[in-house]
Amino acid sequence: MKKIISTILCTILTVCLVFVLGGCSSKTKLFVYNVGDYIHPDVIDMFEAENPDIKVVYELFDSVEEMYMKVSNGTSPYDVAVPSDYMIEQMIDEGLLNKINFDNVPNYSNVDSNMRNLDFDPTNEYSVPYMWGTIGILYNKTMVDEPVDSWDILWDEKYKDNIFLFNQERDMVSVALKKCGYSMNSDDDAELSQAEAALKEQSDLVKAYCGDEIKDNMINGGAALAVVWSGDAYFCMEQNPDLAYVIPNEGSNLWFDCMVIPKTSTHQEEAEKFIDFMSRPDIAKLNAEYIGYSTANEKARELLADDVKNDKMRYPSLDEDFMSKMEIFAYNKSRNAKLADIWTRVLNS
Amino acid sequence: MFKKSLSYPHLIWMVIFVIAPMFLIFFYAFTTSEVDGETVFTLDNFAKFFEPMYIKILLNSLKIAVISVVVCILIGYPAAKIIADKDRERIAMGKKTTGLLMMFVMPMWMNAMLKLYAWLSILQPDGFLNTFLSSIGLPEINIMYTQAAVVLGTVYDFIPFMILPIYSVLIKLDNSVIEAAQDLGANKFKVFYKVVLPLSLPGVVSGITMVFLPALTSFYISDFFSGGKFMLIGNLIEKNFKNPVGRNFGSSLSIILMIFALLSMRVTKVFNKSNRQMSMY
Repeated sequence: MKKIISTILCTILTVCLVFVLGGCSSKTKLFVYNVGDYIHPDVIDMFEAENPDIKVVYELFDSVEEMYMKVSNGTSPYDVAVPSDYMIEQMIDEGLLNKINFDNVPNYSNVDSNMRNLDFDPTNEYSVPYMWGTIGILYNKTMVDEPVDSWDILWDEKYKDNIFLFNQERDMVSVALKKCGYSMNSDDDAELSQAEAALKEQSDLVKAYCGDEIKDNMINGGAALAVVWSGDAYFCMEQNPDLAYVIPNEGSNLWFDCMVIPKTSTHQEEAEKFIDFMSRPDIAKLNAEYIGYSTANEKARELLADDVKNDKMRYPSLDEDFMSKMEIFAYNKSRNAKLADIWTRVLNS
Repeated sequence: MFKKSLSYPHLIWMVIFVIAPMFLIFFYAFTTSEVDGETVFTLDNFAKFFEPMYIKILLNSLKIAVISVVVCILIGYPAAKIIADKDRERIAMGKKTTGLLMMFVMPMWMNAMLKLYAWLSILQPDGFLNTFLSSIGLPEINIMYTQAAVVLGTVYDFIPFMILPIYSVLIKLDNSVIEAAQDLGANKFKVFYKVVLPLSLPGVVSGITMVFLPALTSFYISDFFSGGKFMLIGNLIEKNFKNPVGRNFGSSLSIILMIFALLSMRVTKVFNKSNRQMSMY
């Protein structure tokens, strides 16, 4: 009896294995690597329906640093990834990205011309902008009386234990640098130590340094002030009308998340097909509506609802006045280690 | 010959999952990659640890781990004793055990992150705890994002590991030993203090090992409950490994932590030797 059962089981296993392997070989697997909640849930299915010979394997990462580690280790065959500006610069520098053949990405023409040839990819050979936004202060209008227009409010004793900040050295050191009147990309030791001192001074006032919990806490009225990415700010403001988002007058960070093809890719053409698909106005519109971030796709933006596309916070006009205040993070290898050390010291001061 | 070959899979397993990772950790800990991409031998990663800040992080981790262990004993021992007494009574009467132990073990089957998020909704400023406190007229408390919250999370997560070994020692306790003490005129307190407690110490010791080490090295609990306002050694290691430039320092930290783990096992082993009367959990 036992023998019969085990024979049957073995047969089933073998059949399954053949079936699975057979299934694999007929379709090209395209490995897409993105942050969580950063795509409309139906878009992958739509892509597969239009390209029946491609199967998308969609994987998630927590932070671009994690993505960088996996791509640089070369253990996973990612075909498309969505890193941010400074990381793209680093990956280009280290030769971790493939050049994109833009002949295969005709929808690239839909990308806002202001968002091409940016500093991290000056000749635009490696990246196709996906979403963009700013860093700013999200505050609760019922808890903050004075006008919020400066980073200084995050150093105000009045709001002790009412402030939530990122647990992220790059963003927070940049904010402190900007508060002290320096460039967000400053690599000057004196300026950095001044920013460090400011962060240490601030740490007594801070309720917590965290990540996604900031959104929950702000929506529930758990804190008056928080530093957030613009996209998250809109999400919170939709849930709680008492919240408002502001880009401080001193200026802030302007960031771009772009689609790239890592060196690990084995299906360059399919990857380009996917990037082209994602840049199609109707698809980019779906993503922009679902994620709530600002799309870099000009044609898609025109398709959005009027109150969204004309929202000055969500789509500030990228005129000279605005751009002169904003800075894009630049990559600097020796500075990365400095930032990490500063942040450890701040958290343990 | 045939028997020997049976151990090969085990050997391969050990090489891949024990020796290779250890080798890598040691390799990274004693090297650093220069700007030009060359890897050179160095002790800097260990020297860096002796900066006051990192010593402070280690001491803080030890402090929180020790406090958690003490709280686990204070709560876990009485709990284990009560359950074991009840169960022994029922076993003596030929009935099934109470199943109370199950209630302590069951939360272990739940996902740890899920349990932490549950605590978040309890401890939040406007959470269950404060709603309850203010409804009965007591002042609200705000312990979220403090050291107390980290201890609470650690105790909550690891207390089954304290209760289980103590319980399994107590349940095996020979009734005649207790009866003998009672016959000799010992009152309840004396029976416990002179007989039950010494006999149950091996359970406590293995409970300590099973709580102390995870409490010292865990990072997700402190990450969640500290609000990032201070780091424990586990967080420091995690942070360094997630940072593309921190792998070497992270490895040396892991080795230092391993030394502490070995030390604490050594201490409990010595302690256990003097309590050889009963088998360990």
